[in-house]
Amino acid sequence: MAEDIKVIVFKLGTEEYGIEVEKVQTIERMMPITRVPKTYSFIKGVINLRGVVIPVIDLRGRFSIEEAEHTDQTRIIIVNVNEMEVGFIVDSANDVIDLNRDIIDTPPDVVGGIKAKYLDGVAKIGEDRLLIMLNLSEVLNKGEIVQLESLEG
Amino acid sequence: MDMNQYLSMFIDESNDHLQSLNESMMGLEANPEDLSIVQVIFRSAHTLKGMAATMGFEDLASLTHQMENVLDLVRNNKLRMQDFIFDTLFKSIDALESMVEDITGGGEGKADVSAIVTSLQAIVRGEVPAAAGGAAAEVTAAAAGNATDAQVFLDEFQYSVLEQSLQEGHQVLYVDVAIRKDCQLKAVRAYMVFDLLERSGEVVKSFPSVQDIEQEKFDYGFSLYYITQKDASEIQKMILNLSEIDTVTAVALDQESLRQMGQESVAATAEAPATAPAPEAAPAASNASPAASAHGKEESKAAPARAGGAPSPSRTIRVDIERLDVLMNLFSELLIDRVRLEQLASEVQNGDLTETVEHMGRVSGDLQNIVMKLRMVPVDTVFNRFPRMVRDLAKSLDKKVDLIVTGAETELDRTVIDEIGDPLVHLLRNAVDHGVESIADRVAAGKPETGTVHLRAFHSGNHVFIEIEEDGRGIYPKKILGSAVKKGAITQEQANAMSDDEAYQLLFAPGFSTAEVISDVSGRGVGLDVVKAKISSLGGNVTIYSTPGKGTNFSVQLPLTLSIIAAMLVRLGSEKYAIPLSSIVETGIVKQSQIRTIHGNRMLEFRGSHIPLVSLSKIFSIPDYDESTEEETEIVVVRKGERLVALAVQDFIGQNEIVIKNLGKYLPDVQGISGATILGDGQVALIIDPNAFIK
Repeated sequence: MAEDIKVIVFKLGTEEYGIEVEKVQTIERMMPITRVPKTYSFIKGVINLRGVVIPVIDLRGRFSIEEAEHTDQTRIIIVNVNEMEVGFIVDSANDVIDLNRDIIDTPPDVVGGIKAKYLDGVAKIGEDRLLIMLNLSEVLNKGEIVQLESLEG
Repeated sequence: MDMNQYLSMFIDESNDHLQSLNESMMGLEANPEDLSIVQVIFRSAHTLKGMAATMGFEDLASLTHQMENVLDLVRNNKLRMQDFIFDTLFKSIDALESMVEDITGGGEGKADVSAIVTSLQAIVRGEVPAAAGGAAAEVTAAAAGNATDAQVFLDEFQYSVLEQSLQEGHQVLYVDVAIRKDCQLKAVRAYMVFDLLERSGEVVKSFPSVQDIEQEKFDYGFSLYYITQKDASEIQKMILNLSEIDTVTAVALDQESLRQMGQESVAATAEAPATAPAPEAAPAASNASPAASAHGKEESKAAPARAGGAPSPSRTIRVDIERLDVLMNLFSELLIDRVRLEQLASEVQNGDLTETVEHMGRVSGDLQNIVMKLRMVPVDTVFNRFPRMVRDLAKSLDKKVDLIVTGAETELDRTVIDEIGDPLVHLLRNAVDHGVESIADRVAAGKPETGTVHLRAFHSGNHVFIEIEEDGRGIYPKKILGSAVKKGAITQEQANAMSDDEAYQLLFAPGFSTAEVISDVSGRGVGLDVVKAKISSLGGNVTIYSTPGKGTNFSVQLPLTLSIIAAMLVRLGSEKYAIPLSSIVETGIVKQSQIRTIHGNRMLEFRGSHIPLVSLSKIFSIPDYDESTEEETEIVVVRKGERLVALAVQDFIGQNEIVIKNLGKYLPDVQGISGATILGDGQVALIIDPNAFIK
């Protein structure tokens, strides 16, 4: 048996995603965001998190999913990966579950419109819930963004 | 044993000692007869050795030991300082520095120093064959023959202290103390023993070292060398009077046994392989007197206590830099709250509240000054390694160069200091390498043989200037332009139109400076663009002043601090931005009719000349503001050097002290934005980098 990990579960549209709890610093309600000009469109700006300025990314935008209006369920998940602090805007975040690494399968090529390289795997929980584990370093990989931009441009 | 908690202290102090070694060596080179300098060097080397051995960095300790041998001969007038000795000693210091660096980086401080050790030994041997009968020579010769595990016996400083005390009629005792096994606080007992002894004499050395004993890092016994006026039996009785002491043996040593001991322990350690574990050395010495064998055992475990001059009482304390950063951050939080409070107070209009807030404002202003001062470091911390560097460089280039440092006490923010070292090294190397001519050329040009490089630091307004000026061949703007045209970097027309200053600026162009043609012709070249970029990133500027044939001056302008600045807050639609006050020339209002379009660029007449008008709303694509729809536009005129630009804004909010925060690692560099700050209402405002709009 592999070890159990704790996972923060959040939603984008109807899909459920997971981030290991160690990488999550805090989860915040929506707060005023200061726009940063001349940067990628999915970077929504910066927030003041208790005196620290942190950039915020719209995860929908990052995965090229259509952006949605913010509701009172919208949350900013602050993650800390490779000494980078970044906030992710997600539709909602309301669950923490224990997951055994054994039940995480390698992801198919594309899940919910997201390329496999952004994913660590897919875990089936319960009868009909599917949890998509994100590969955060890849999501925050800037080299990749540059490529993405040049393709779009 | 866990030494981690001492490691940072060790590194700090080692660096201090290395620096003082370097400085003193330079002083000695200028004044080779001054034996008082040798004493200083010896003390530094000695302390360093003691610390290194205590921390278990054996290579470091053994190399310093060899240096000590040489220095000891010098200070006893048995050896005269000569060039090759200086070079060898300098090389040793370099090796020590790299070892300490390695330790700083988490390494073991190991290095192959055998070559340097051999030449140090050669120096010692070469100069003392005649003195072989003397005690000192005996020790040094012995030391030379036993280079690699140098710390395994009494170093000759301690040895000579003991010897001297004997000559002066004191008693030298070897004391072995065992504490009862059921003792609860053995460190305290040990401390009491030391305390007692120190009252009537001096403990020269103890095993384990005093630090270890204080940490309870010993079994139930310890031994020490002790100088006193009292008899062995008296001391024995005194110690036994303390409770929980099991046994005490105190043996009085005379000249003969002391010398014998020295030899025995040398013999013992010489027999053992260099890397031999400690206990092996002990049996080898067991046929000597009890004291000697105990001595062998003691010494082979290698823990010399700190001896030599006690550190002079200091009015400063060392503080971890991180704590200062934390203090700074906390203070920034406070500053934000203060601004918020001021806002609230002005809304509430309550007299008492306003008064209190104003008072708080004054206090926090003072507090800010102090916090900022705490972070100020004299540039000397960077400058101090330059004399040595210039000396080496000049020597390798066969030039004669005097480096004259002035204003080393000038203070700069630590963050700036940390970054400024490399660019300055670069500029200095350039000055010595390319600026100052060879001796022959200088004589031919009617200049003194020795070139002079001035390194100056001084305050001016809110900036600190660091100038590097030499009296070398100077820069010929025409030659720069010629090569630039040849390289295709600029056209002939552009070149013709360029002023000397603009020509100098070409030296900083990326790629340009590394071009061989340029470095051949102008003599300047390597990576000036890197220097410029680094200094710009610190919010500074480099200017070149040069007189062909007479010399060149690189003037570096740096901001005093990087973390808190005065700024003008402006509004653009719903967004707020901060513009550093230091780059603002003035603010004003212009009518649309005053804005002219020249070559498709919008220009503005400003004090008799035309300056470009930059639309911030367009550059930052601000959604809800466009100044071209307004009849009148507020402008902020900013400058970079001589050039001015007007930035169009919607409203001025006011002037504020702001705390600079970076945008976080994730965001790529945003053109025109140098950072962010948090306003009184908790919102983030971006800080505009005016330099980005001026090309």
